[in-house]
Amino acid sequence: MFSRPEDAGFLPVAQLASLVAKLIALGYRCLGPGVEQGAIVMRELDTPDAIPRGLQAEQAPGRYRLTRDPHNRYFAWANGPQAIKPLAFAPTESLWRVERDTAGALRFCAVLPETPLQAIIGVRACDLAALALQDAHFLREGRADAHYAERRERLFLVAVQCAEPAATCLCASTGDGPTPTTGYDIALAELADGFVAVAGSAKGAAVLNDLNLSPATLQQIETAQKQGEDAAAAQTRSLPSRNLRDALMSRLEHPRWDEVATRCLACGNCVAVCPTCFCHAETDEPALDGQSSEHARIWDSCFGEAHGHLHGFNVRPDIRSRYRQWLTHKLATWHDQFGRSGCVGCGRCIAWCPAGIDLTEEVAALTDQCSAS
Amino acid sequence: MGGSTVRPRVAVHKFSSCDGCQLAFLNLGESLLDLAQRVELVHFAEAGPLDPDAEVDVAFVEGSVSTPEDLDRIQRIRTHSRLLIPIGACATAGGIQALRNDVDGAQWVAQIYSHPEAVASLAHSTPIAAHVKVDFELWGCPVSGPQILQVVNALLLGVAPHDNVDKVCTECKRRGYPCVMVSRGVPCMGPVTRAGCGALCPGLGRDCYGCYGPAENANTDSLSAQFRGLGLGAAAIEQRFRSINSQAPAFFAAADKARAGRDE
Repeated sequence: MFSRPEDAGFLPVAQLASLVAKLIALGYRCLGPGVEQGAIVMRELDTPDAIPRGLQAEQAPGRYRLTRDPHNRYFAWANGPQAIKPLAFAPTESLWRVERDTAGALRFCAVLPETPLQAIIGVRACDLAALALQDAHFLREGRADAHYAERRERLFLVAVQCAEPAATCLCASTGDGPTPTTGYDIALAELADGFVAVAGSAKGAAVLNDLNLSPATLQQIETAQKQGEDAAAAQTRSLPSRNLRDALMSRLEHPRWDEVATRCLACGNCVAVCPTCFCHAETDEPALDGQSSEHARIWDSCFGEAHGHLHGFNVRPDIRSRYRQWLTHKLATWHDQFGRSGCVGCGRCIAWCPAGIDLTEEVAALTDQCSAS
Repeated sequence: MGGSTVRPRVAVHKFSSCDGCQLAFLNLGESLLDLAQRVELVHFAEAGPLDPDAEVDVAFVEGSVSTPEDLDRIQRIRTHSRLLIPIGACATAGGIQALRNDVDGAQWVAQIYSHPEAVASLAHSTPIAAHVKVDFELWGCPVSGPQILQVVNALLLGVAPHDNVDKVCTECKRRGYPCVMVSRGVPCMGPVTRAGCGALCPGLGRDCYGCYGPAENANTDSLSAQFRGLGLGAAAIEQRFRSINSQAPAFFAAADKARAGRDE
C-alpha cells in the first residue's frame, strides 16, 4: 500500500466516522468490528462512530480473549473468527426452487440473492489474500458462480494494516501480510493520531477524494511502513516458505497422522473459520404440501461423514484420514489447483480449534521427523 | 409411499417420557394442518385420535421402555407398524430416567414414595432399539419440528430420511456464532454432539450439554482432555457425559473413563 507514497492521504483520527458516513451515504450497509460472545465479529455499524476503540484480542491455540489496547487504537486486534467469507460465500443459501404447476408439471427457477451494497471496515491482508483464492474458485473463467458473484461485486473493502499480530498469526511466512498490498478499495494504516489512507480501486479513490484528505507526510508513511515490518518481525509462528506439496504427499503414512487424530475432534471449526475453505454440500428442502422444493447450498467440511461418502462406502471413515485430507489439500494439493498454498497465515484454525491443534506444529512434526529419519 | 394417492397411516405413541417430543408435532403450527392433509393420524393420544393397536405405515415412538407394561406394548406396536421410528433421547438412548440404570432403583422408590408397591418400574430404562427392530432414529431432547417435517417429507417422497450425524459445531459455525469454548472457556459438548438443534445453546451464549446424543466419530477422549484443561475435575466431566443421553454407547464409555479417573 506504500508503492505510490505521493497518492497517500492522511485521515485524522477524528475523521474515521466521516469515512463510514460517506460509505453509508453512498448506500452501503457498513460492517465493522463489534463484540459478540467475547470475540470480535463483523457487525452492522448503526452509526458512523460505532467502531469501538481499544479492543485487542489475545490468541493462542484453542483460546481467544479480548483485552484492552493500552494505546486505545481502533484496529489493534489481529482478527476475529470471521471476516469476509460469510459475506461472499453464504453459509446457507437457496440456489434454485422447483414448483409443481396445476397441470402437475415441474417448473424450475433460479433463486438469486438480493444483496445490499456492503462495505466491510477492518479486513486484513490475510483476508484479502483469502478472498483472491475464493474468487479463483467461485469466479473461474467460464463457470462463475452467480450467487457468489452477486455478493462479491457489491462488496467495498476497507483494509487495515495489522500493527499488532496475535500469537497465532503467520502471514509473514505465507507472504500475505501484515500490510495489505492488493485487493482492497481503501487501505488504512493506523498511527497514533490518524490513518495513512490509500485507494486501491476507482471506487476507493472516489471515496477518499470526497473526504478531501491532506497528503500523508513522508514521516507518516515511513512510520506506517516500519510498523508493518515490526509486525512481521513480531510473528512467532510460521510455515516453511517452500512448496510443501512433495514433503507432505510423500508422508501420507507418517505416524503423526495417527497422533493428531487422537486430539482432533473432527468438529470442522477449522474449516469454518478458514477464509479459503470453500467446500459445500447441497440439500433439498421439500415443502410439506408436496408442491415445491428448495435446493440449498450449505457450508460443509472434509471433517464430516458425508464429505467422504461415495456409493456404498466412505473414503475417509476415520478422523486420521479427514485431518490428513484437510492438511494435505490446504498445504499440498492446493498448489496443483490454484498455484499456491491454501494457507494465508491468519491463524484462525489454530485459535479456533477447541482442541488447540496448531497446523505449524503438525507440519513441523510431519516434515522434520521424516527428514531426520 | 411416493406416488400413492392413499394417505399413509401414522401413529404417535408415548412411552416413558415427558411428552416434549410429541409437542414437536403439536408446535408445528400451520405445518401441522398440511401434515394432517398428507397423512392420516390414526393414533396420537395427546392430539386426540386414539387407536393404539391400529395397523399403520409409520409409528413414531416417544419415550423409553421403563415398565413391565412397556415391554409388551412395544412388541405389539412393532407388529402393527410397517416403519417404526423412535423419536427423542428417551426412545433412542433411554433418556434422563436411564440414570437409574446405574443405581439401586428399588431403594430410591422406597425412599421417595409412600406406597412403593404401587410403582411398577423396570430396573433399567432402555431405548426402543434394545427391544425391537427400528427403521430410523431421530435424536434430540426434544426433537425439533424441522427434524420431524424432514423425516415425514422424505417418507412421503419415498426416500430414506437424511441422518444428520454431523457435530453441533457445523450448525454453530454456519450461523456465525463464535465458539464459546474458545472465546469464553466454557466446556461445550458441541464437538461430540449430533447436529439438529440449530446450535440453540451456543447461540444463546452457553455451552451445548449434549441433548442430541453422540455424533459420528465423537472423539470424547480428546474433548475430556480439553475439559480437564479448562479446569473440570473428573466428577464434573463424568456428569457432562452422564446426562440426558447417558446410555448412548459413546457417552456411556466417556463417563466410565472419567469415573475411572475419579476413582484413581
